[in-house]
Amino acid sequence: MTLLSVDQINASYGPAQALFGVDLNLSEGEVLALMGRNGMGKSTTIRAIMGMMPATSGNIHFANHDLTRLPSHKVAQLGIGLVPEGRRCFGNLTVRENLTAVARPGHWTPDTLAGLFPRLEERKDQEAGVLSGGEQQMLAIARALITNPRLLILDEATEGLAPLIRQEIWSAINHLKSNTGLAILVVDKSLTELRQIADNAVILERGKTVWSGPMPDLSPAIADQFLGL
Amino acid sequence: MTREALVNGALIAGLVLVPLWAWMADEPFIITLTTRAAIFALAAVGLNLCLGTGGLVSLGHAAFFGIGGYAMGILASHAQSYQPIMETPFLINGTKSMPIIWLVACLASGLAAALIGALSLRTAGVYFIMITLAFGQMLYYFAISWPAYGGEDGLSIYVRNGFPGLNTLDPIQFYALVFCILMLTLGLMSRLMKSPFGLALNAARQSPLRASTVGISPYRLRLLAFTLSGMITGLAGALFADLNRFVSPSMFSWQTSGEIIVFVILGGTARLFGPVAGAVVFILLEHVLGGISDYWHIHLGLLLLAVVLFAPGGLLGLIAGRRKIHV
Repeated sequence: MTLLSVDQINASYGPAQALFGVDLNLSEGEVLALMGRNGMGKSTTIRAIMGMMPATSGNIHFANHDLTRLPSHKVAQLGIGLVPEGRRCFGNLTVRENLTAVARPGHWTPDTLAGLFPRLEERKDQEAGVLSGGEQQMLAIARALITNPRLLILDEATEGLAPLIRQEIWSAINHLKSNTGLAILVVDKSLTELRQIADNAVILERGKTVWSGPMPDLSPAIADQFLGL
Repeated sequence: MTREALVNGALIAGLVLVPLWAWMADEPFIITLTTRAAIFALAAVGLNLCLGTGGLVSLGHAAFFGIGGYAMGILASHAQSYQPIMETPFLINGTKSMPIIWLVACLASGLAAALIGALSLRTAGVYFIMITLAFGQMLYYFAISWPAYGGEDGLSIYVRNGFPGLNTLDPIQFYALVFCILMLTLGLMSRLMKSPFGLALNAARQSPLRASTVGISPYRLRLLAFTLSGMITGLAGALFADLNRFVSPSMFSWQTSGEIIVFVILGGTARLFGPVAGAVVFILLEHVLGGISDYWHIHLGLLLLAVVLFAPGGLLGLIAGRRKIHV
């Protein structure tokens, strides 16, 4: 069953159009990789889904709700958890307070999250602003999870992190896929990891969907053509 | 125990011991001065929820202070004259009972805050400041042009209102009442700041967009905070009017709003006891410097300038160190 459906959306930053009819579909429990080179519209698509910028045309539906004109907080309340690019934790709240401020009832609680990210449990009374980049990234994921979403969106969740921390983040995402059945939309540049985790992939180029299909069908030639990998 | 907790403890001890000493030394003026400081502290604790935690610079909180004052004035003056406030469609009499007056003051100022907030919170920054100022000034001029309740001359209440089991005319007993209300409000604020509501309000201050992407509606949160803040400031207004047994349009003036902001900034924004420290220092300066010169505000201005430039955490931050939002 389709959980998220993005249908021919266009979006602009002022006079500059950034998206030209982007399409993507994501089902319950599916992991979808949204790929493309820098500046091709991946983050803009996520901003449009999250209601952070209006789509000038096209439709976005999530669990039978039309998101196209909804403000961000309503989109999040419907069950979409965003891990934004650059982490963006609430710097002067502690780890525990970052979680308490946004928690909604469900499976994910501070205690269950402690199992997923033991490192955060150790740092629970520290302010988010003094955590390392990797810990802040874990906190950003935990903060999205504690809203108990049906869909988790990860925007460049491993960018700029040390290899060991990246590994830890990927293993947490793997754990979410195999143990929770959470639908995940993941934006990342690490094709190797994405091949292991994603069921399907969508590639954007210059604000358009240029390729979509099952991850195993993403051949090296296509990756080379659209991703330069 | 943190340094801030020690400073807070010292402030509480001062608020208990100074009036106690004044009572034993038969110095009712000192008790009245401390009562004034505690009431101003209460008004500033209300504003601190908006300004400190929510980041909303309201220059119209005198509106709620004045509404609280006039709620007391109107109810008490009707009780005094045995004239009902209204007879149709139903009879409403005045009262001299403090708990009822406080309830009415809180409800009236809360309702006003909800209405003013619903409109002004759609704006931000300097526009928010100007709209709140405009509402405060509207009420100020309304009070001036309301002859039924004294107009520009204000309204005198001859006997202080009553509280069951207390002689409120005794300065120390009235002070005890104000002190208990202040402590209860501080306790409530402490819990509120640690609650999901307080934390989400803090998060929305840091970044409204970031907060909204995790399901927080900054507008609704801020409206609730603004309303609660108005209610607390309104309660302080009712107590202030009872302290002076007098209400006047000056309670609504923008200078009053400015003074409440000064209490918060001077003591330390977003610190639980910041407004208390600010109000106490303000009253001390007013008393000490006011005795030396009529232009004591110049010295206050210099102090405020120094605090803003060199101690962004306020006086409490200067003593207690790095900012902590809920100690």
